[in-house]
Amino acid sequence: MTNHWVDIKNADVVLIMGGNAAEAHPCGFKWVIEAKAHNKAKLIVIDPRFTRSASVADLYLPIRAGTDIVLLGALINELLSKDQVQREYVTNYTDLTFIVREDYGFVDGLYSGYDESKRKYDRTSWDYERGPDGFVKADPTLAHPRCVYNLLKEHYARYTPELVERVCGTPKAKFLEAAALIGSTSTTTRAMTIMYALGWTQHSTGSQIIRTAAMVQLLLGNIGVAGGGMNALRGHSNIQGLTDLGLMSNLLPGYLTLPGQAEQDFDAYITARAPKALRPNQMSYWQNYGKFHVSLMKAWWGDAATEQNHWGFDYLPKLDKMYDMLQVYELMADGKMNGYICQGFNPLAAAPNKAKMTEGFSKLKFLVVMDPLATETSEFWKNFGEHHDVDSSKIQTEVFRLPTSCFAEEDGALTNSSRWLQWHWKGADPPGEARTDIAIMAGLYTRLRRLYEADGGAFPDPIVKLSWPYARREEPSPEELAREYSGRALADLYDPKDKTKLIRKAGEQLSGFGELRDDGTTSSGCWIFCGAWTEAGNLMARRDNSDPTGIGQTRNWAWAWPANRRVLYNRASCDPAGKPYNRARSLVAWNGKAWGGADVPDFKADEDPAQGMGPFIMNPEGVARFFARGGMADGPFPEHYEPFENPLGYNPLHPKEPRATSNPAARVFKRDREAFGTADAFPCVATTYRLTEHFHYWTKHVRLNAIMQPEQLVEIGEVHAKELGIRAGDRVKVSSNRGFIRAVAVVTKRIRPMTIEGKPVHTVGVPIHWGFKGLAKPGFLANTLTPVVGDANTQTPEFKAFLVKVEKA
Amino acid sequence: MAQVTRREFLKVTGATLAGSSIALLGFTPEPAIAEVREFKLARATETRNTCPYCAVACGIVMYSLGDKAKNAKASIFHIEGDADHPVNRGTLCPKGASLIDFIHSPSRLQHPEYRPPGSSEWQAISWDDALDRIARLMKADRDANFVAKTADGLTVNRWLTTGMLAASASSNEVGYLTHKVMRSLGVLAFDNQARV
Amino acid sequence: MPLQSLDIRRRSATTTPSPAARAAATPEVAKLIDTSKCIGCKACQTACMEWNDLRDEIGTTTGVYDNPRDLTPQSWTVMRFSEYENPKGDLEWLIRKDGCMHCEDPGCLKACPAPGAIVQYANGIVDFHEENCIGCGYCVTGCPFDVPRISKRDHKAYKCTLCSDRVAVGLEPACVKACPTGAISYGTKEQMTHDAAERVVDLKSRGFEQAGLYDPAGVGGTHVMYVLHHADQPGLYSGLAAKPTVSPMVRLWKGATKPLALGTMVLVALAGFLNYVRVGPNETRDEDEDQAEREKEQTHV
Repeated sequence: MTNHWVDIKNADVVLIMGGNAAEAHPCGFKWVIEAKAHNKAKLIVIDPRFTRSASVADLYLPIRAGTDIVLLGALINELLSKDQVQREYVTNYTDLTFIVREDYGFVDGLYSGYDESKRKYDRTSWDYERGPDGFVKADPTLAHPRCVYNLLKEHYARYTPELVERVCGTPKAKFLEAAALIGSTSTTTRAMTIMYALGWTQHSTGSQIIRTAAMVQLLLGNIGVAGGGMNALRGHSNIQGLTDLGLMSNLLPGYLTLPGQAEQDFDAYITARAPKALRPNQMSYWQNYGKFHVSLMKAWWGDAATEQNHWGFDYLPKLDKMYDMLQVYELMADGKMNGYICQGFNPLAAAPNKAKMTEGFSKLKFLVVMDPLATETSEFWKNFGEHHDVDSSKIQTEVFRLPTSCFAEEDGALTNSSRWLQWHWKGADPPGEARTDIAIMAGLYTRLRRLYEADGGAFPDPIVKLSWPYARREEPSPEELAREYSGRALADLYDPKDKTKLIRKAGEQLSGFGELRDDGTTSSGCWIFCGAWTEAGNLMARRDNSDPTGIGQTRNWAWAWPANRRVLYNRASCDPAGKPYNRARSLVAWNGKAWGGADVPDFKADEDPAQGMGPFIMNPEGVARFFARGGMADGPFPEHYEPFENPLGYNPLHPKEPRATSNPAARVFKRDREAFGTADAFPCVATTYRLTEHFHYWTKHVRLNAIMQPEQLVEIGEVHAKELGIRAGDRVKVSSNRGFIRAVAVVTKRIRPMTIEGKPVHTVGVPIHWGFKGLAKPGFLANTLTPVVGDANTQTPEFKAFLVKVEKA
Repeated sequence: MAQVTRREFLKVTGATLAGSSIALLGFTPEPAIAEVREFKLARATETRNTCPYCAVACGIVMYSLGDKAKNAKASIFHIEGDADHPVNRGTLCPKGASLIDFIHSPSRLQHPEYRPPGSSEWQAISWDDALDRIARLMKADRDANFVAKTADGLTVNRWLTTGMLAASASSNEVGYLTHKVMRSLGVLAFDNQARV
Repeated sequence: MPLQSLDIRRRSATTTPSPAARAAATPEVAKLIDTSKCIGCKACQTACMEWNDLRDEIGTTTGVYDNPRDLTPQSWTVMRFSEYENPKGDLEWLIRKDGCMHCEDPGCLKACPAPGAIVQYANGIVDFHEENCIGCGYCVTGCPFDVPRISKRDHKAYKCTLCSDRVAVGLEPACVKACPTGAISYGTKEQMTHDAAERVVDLKSRGFEQAGLYDPAGVGGTHVMYVLHHADQPGLYSGLAAKPTVSPMVRLWKGATKPLALGTMVLVALAGFLNYVRVGPNETRDEDEDQAEREKEQTHV
């Protein structure tokens, strides 16, 4: 979230699209209800199904799953053609005035630089033009034909309300009604918030859907303001924190990135990540990358990370490609993986195409499952009849199942979608012999270290030299670890501006990432968390809920990254002179000497606005980008591509270019492509989702939730059901090209038939919560049906739009 | 007095046959006092925690047996929303309001288990045996498959044949330590639930 | 020991008057259920079960979201879902939390023949005291909202207590506390009526011309009230009674035919008493359970 849960109450318009907040985040959704009840806000819900969110909306728009960019692109077109744009904001705070290189182009759904054989773009041409001073060229009059504004206008001129009706199946009148309401927030005193979740991320164009929505928000001047923003709801309690801590194939903590294998030189590795400003007097905050990186390496390897060994640069593995989940399961299915550890994760159910997952796990030598619950993954080798039909005797994988504590049985911090790190306390011991995840990871590590110390082996250095300064080596305390990721001084630190002034004594906790150094005198395991535990103590445990300004900024409740800032980009809530656009909901302001207000300024604290520094300080431009440059794998502007399984077989925007039917830059493995189905055999658009009574595959183990939704169901529209002769409560079989499930049919008016390009299309809803373990009635894992293809940028699987057929079981 | 039809009269008198009024006979089993159910949380220990499900991160209060005295073994028996929490303000969704049944689910794992190749059943295993065996399997795989340099001489120091999925509901401290350990081994096949 | 905060207004089948000298220690309370804020998430259902230590059967899915399908001795509140296409052609998903309405003029209490099995507190809560309940099913017949349920396990009547144990110590009911969207609120009846009026203004501004408060006069008003978008058509909300009144049986019982009924009752009571003496109140036999079921069915005619 750029903003936070309570801030939603400040919105004048709430758009929920690509998410179902009422259903999946009910307690956060209360702030939508608050905005409606006390801020006269209007709620718009756009979804293939009339959801629980839609049940309290002022306006509901149906949409065919996987066509969000068409609708959002048409919104951009509407806003531009009706001039519902926050002019001052976009000309000062975005790249609309910048000139793009002459060799950038877009023809028939493909951007310049496409290499079909690699399904990749050479992105060199996707850039701004530079002047002789090295800075990006701009035209404040917006007249230049290649300025971002004109390219944007041209790109989305094709996205009309008629196209929306034809491709999305959304009635034109409803679309225009929504567009008018959304456009009303282009004034400086009205704000719209956008709330989204997996309904946007789980598409082969997921990242670009989100970008399109962010572009809408930028045009309206709704980023950085109270009641505005792009708000990812986030699914799990610490999915934000785990991502912040870099637990992904290519990341290091704090969104630092692992080196690619071509990056053999340490200085070049740092320089490539510390870009110089692209415009005069811009902050380009990533120029501090070296300080963050060296402090991380000191936290991990302590005295073994020295200037001589480039702070242990070679201790880090180097990438030849991404090893995301989908890539790893492809390797597994090829028999190229030997071991796998699942910590609190149930991939047999959570990854696409269950048959492929079962095949992959069956080829492992060993699988380790750490979990509080008996997951399906831990018993992938066991036969559960039609719900999971395997022959145990043919599966040679050794499986270890290690019982862990749950939230109630440990201390620690979780990071919510508002970026708040909140400490929690243990209430009881775990059952039986269950242990904490910390004890298990430490138990494994200390054993490995002893083995390497005793016997040697492949490159033991990073293992045996890992800093392990914990009082109990077999189980470090959460407090020790929290202090370590926050960070401390390793030597006395003096003020760089006044070398006689001691600002931090050796051994003290740091107050924030501003104190980090790249000379090995500071240590911080995750720079964006630096300041969570200072000399004042554990700020994550703060419980002062006072809200002096009344706009929901409880600054002394827990601690938010970065720097306890609650609304990102909040400098953009002020005009170029530093005056708040909306005094009633002011976040920060310039008082002539410094920035301050209800929030921690997302800006240089003493920067005079007259100097022209932009509010998007992480970007080298200092402004927000409509034109993504090389930042996206699949194009600098979002374009609509059909889901890989779609009912049309072509892209209505590019009917004659088969390469542009689905995302041309998405990675597709051969076996997965062969497993795709087509509309002749599987004519219905299916979408998977969560129901409010359940949480993923956990709560089928929870009696109360099993009572609330006891048995697997699929949702079918009334018209569709009538065509098939299915009544509510009948059992139905839903099949894709990868397998089938059986479930009880819920027949509903909430799913309506659509006409897409003149062709009738039905939507089938597949909730995901059942499986062959737990207290709820046994069922099929819904991922039996889903295809393996990820978003071109994130490799998040396309769970939200694929093809099935429905029959009476 | 409202009208009562004959049909209703018959229906009603039929229903009355099922009833019995002991008081009419002047016999009352108990004095008719009114007492509410005893308030079950009166002196229970309160512990603040965070709901482990979605990332709204609602504050919760867990109520457990005993007052943390040495001889009292805590067991959580009730959970409700933390009214002080600025986001949920005491509310909980149907998952959060049911957390007590998660903590005490019959599916909670209690002991380490081991499934040998080809078997259709679990076996008991001690923690030490399990962790020793896993560490040895990991080391054997790492030593056999670690790539220090590519064919063209680039230093890469990576281990690709063992991977890990990290939790999505574990704490920052768990995540931090997990990352530190796994990267020190050179693992790249490393992801968390954010991917899906 | 009656709690001071819950002074008694009346008790079933009891002729001795309730103490009346003191003013009520607490004001009349009410729960306001705003259907226009309700998302049907069932947090109220689970919070109710969790607080009251109830666990219903893990049932089956019958083709709708409603689960459990109906009120039971273990489910004192359920969400009822209804899909309604309005005259404009737009879909509305009308969701109503069903359960005891805590009538000001409670048909169950009036019908109850067991002394002190049903009480009404001064704050308006209508509570069942199972230790005095004889499982006769009269309350089921007497209820204009079809709420009480007789347990097969112990042959006693159960329904929402408005968390009288929480209210007694100054807390809100469990469902109220849990409700994520604030669709359920709790306070004095006066405050709730005032809040409802504000909600009605908001709903009218959003095009719901017939929005209104459901506080039916036929039962003297209720301590559980609804804000409805379509107050003119309560039936749209899974058959909410348009004009609920105390059932004819109770009218009969309290009216002119009482002597006749009493004559019958003496015989029946004698049988009941003998049964009570012989097997005690907590033991049930199959016949008892069957009978309870039959009674329930009968009263649903």
